[in-house]
Amino acid sequence: MNKNRRSFLKATAALGTVSLVGFPHIWSKNASLARAADGQIKVGVLFSLTGTTAIIEESLNKATILAIEEINAAGGINGMQIVPVVEDPASDPATFAEKARKLVLSDKCVSVFGSYTSASRKAVLPVFEKQNNLYWYPTLYEGRECSKNVIYTGAVPNQQQDDFVPWLVKNFGKRWYLIGSNYIYPKEENNYCKKLLAELGAEVVAEEYVPLGHSEFSSVINKLKAEKPNVIFSTVVGDSVVALHRQYHAAGLDPATMPMASLTTSENEVAAMGGEAAAGHFTSAPYFMVWDSPENHKFVDAYKKRWGADKVTHFVSEPSYFQVHLFKQAVEKLAGSDITPNTIREAVKGQEMVAPQGKVRIEPENLHTWLWPKIGQCQADGQFKILKQSAEWLEPVPYKAYPNQKCTAEGLKQV
Amino acid sequence: MDIIVSQLMTGLSIASILMLVALGLAVIYGVTGVINLAHGEFVMLGAYAAWALQTEFGMGLLASLVPIFIIMAAVGWLVEVLVISRLYDRLLDTILATWGIGVMAQQAVRLAAGGELRYVQMPEPLSKSVTILGATDSAYRLFILFVALALFAVTWVIYRHTNFGLKLRAITQNRAVASSYGINASRIYRLTFAYGAGLAGLAGALVSPLKSVSPEMGTNYVVDAFMVVVLGGTQSLMGTLASSGILGELSGYLAFYSNDTIAKALVLLAIVVLIRFRPQGLFTARVRT
Repeated sequence: MNKNRRSFLKATAALGTVSLVGFPHIWSKNASLARAADGQIKVGVLFSLTGTTAIIEESLNKATILAIEEINAAGGINGMQIVPVVEDPASDPATFAEKARKLVLSDKCVSVFGSYTSASRKAVLPVFEKQNNLYWYPTLYEGRECSKNVIYTGAVPNQQQDDFVPWLVKNFGKRWYLIGSNYIYPKEENNYCKKLLAELGAEVVAEEYVPLGHSEFSSVINKLKAEKPNVIFSTVVGDSVVALHRQYHAAGLDPATMPMASLTTSENEVAAMGGEAAAGHFTSAPYFMVWDSPENHKFVDAYKKRWGADKVTHFVSEPSYFQVHLFKQAVEKLAGSDITPNTIREAVKGQEMVAPQGKVRIEPENLHTWLWPKIGQCQADGQFKILKQSAEWLEPVPYKAYPNQKCTAEGLKQV
Repeated sequence: MDIIVSQLMTGLSIASILMLVALGLAVIYGVTGVINLAHGEFVMLGAYAAWALQTEFGMGLLASLVPIFIIMAAVGWLVEVLVISRLYDRLLDTILATWGIGVMAQQAVRLAAGGELRYVQMPEPLSKSVTILGATDSAYRLFILFVALALFAVTWVIYRHTNFGLKLRAITQNRAVASSYGINASRIYRLTFAYGAGLAGLAGALVSPLKSVSPEMGTNYVVDAFMVVVLGGTQSLMGTLASSGILGELSGYLAFYSNDTIAKALVLLAIVVLIRFRPQGLFTARVRT
């Protein structure tokens, strides 16, 4: 009996193997290569739902799912439904790589939307490059990356700083205190910031990094009291942002004379620190929740309706949302039998749409996105007041701090 | 001059937070010998209790301190009854069990309250700064310093000057002999665990207006608490007081003259070196074994 069952299992397994490898060419155009079988387009959704960065990545997952549901409810892409395969990489870069491999190889997704931290993006990058698949990365990041397998829809340093830094120097002064969390993103942002400050004749009085997750800023605050800088340029991330603002406020420092200028403080962090600690400080980003445009009202309403009235949208969840719509626009141009990561990449080049922040465009050369940088000042009610928007959309230049390097469609070039 | 005072106050403030977090751990470990890896999660639960009482019932932080202590003591009591009491004298098993309880607590909070960072309001009268000897400091930080010292004093009095404390010390010295004199050791252990958990909950509630509240916040605190207890000596309350003072001032000054990353590394290095030459910590209680 036992033996019979075992041989039965063996036979089934053998049959399965044959059907997988035995006749590779019959259905390949539709099922294996094109990966759009049965009127379905499979995409991966790879944001941490547990672990340290789940706090923020949950909202990216929600924005992505919302966009997919909207597209499906409106009839899908040329009649095909998008099927999201959601994985939880648990805030761990190694798990990111493992789940990415699963999404690409066994689920045969044509694209994966995912990642918040640079560490997780760097971890999955080899998977997407080796399998020649596409990764859609919604986060603002440090730039200095050039891959034909990643679509970058968040801001790079030049898009957050080109307007922001001169504006701050003009309004507050030339003594700058740079503080960030101790990893690559703050260091690259500060690199670019120092370059801009040097051009403007401003002075960096200190540049300092605190451990990731650090929450005790009293010594930093004493240094601020001693140095009295005009601007505190902050690239501290995550819950450290909350601790820094709350302790700054509790120590009685005044944002009117020594404001924090942040690239990383969004509505999300502000909700956790309370309006009183956030009021008066500045953030530069292409998107704020209060941005007044029909597309943004629609996005915010839909998000709240789907996920709860107390939820906020922010400058990483907005690209998470619009990049799915860009994906749709690109796939729409393709025949159902021709949907592959390669064809999607070619189709998305130069693709434009009116996103909640304004009209965005994928730069064909480096697959980054043309965006609309804005300067917001946080108010006591926890929302930002937008003081300034750049006069026109800004080109993404991922190697702006490195003038002898340029990212092109053929890869990184030395100039 | 004012910078020196500021820096001294900063060190004291860091020390007071360290001591708040470590006190519960020291009490539990010192008496029951249980290495409670869920301690950080008790701190986290205390912070969430403050958040829940504030958002659900509109209670201010000061008013909710006593309820939080009672809630967390009840949680500690339950954990002791359901899990720890079955594992005494099995050191490795208690480590694993308390770690598991910590993981479960994190995920339970994530399911119940969501993963986003939470906001606990600072009590209005304390949300300004005060001037001492020409240096300004946060009133709330001074308040934490005061509460930490008060809790230490209370714990000290219980330990040294009550009947309960006498039984505690007797059990700590020799459980078998103490039991043979009619002391109910398991009851004492249960109360100790509840008290330690209550202290941890208070710590969480008190730091929540200065820091952020998230399901993972406990992980950092448990490391800090262990540093304090290991440095101070595991069975000495005075050791806990002294070592949080030393660690607070040390990390404050190192961070001021270099930065927080280097300060953290140097403090850990100093502890490693000290433990190499004095494994029992700075202070030791004389215990017959």
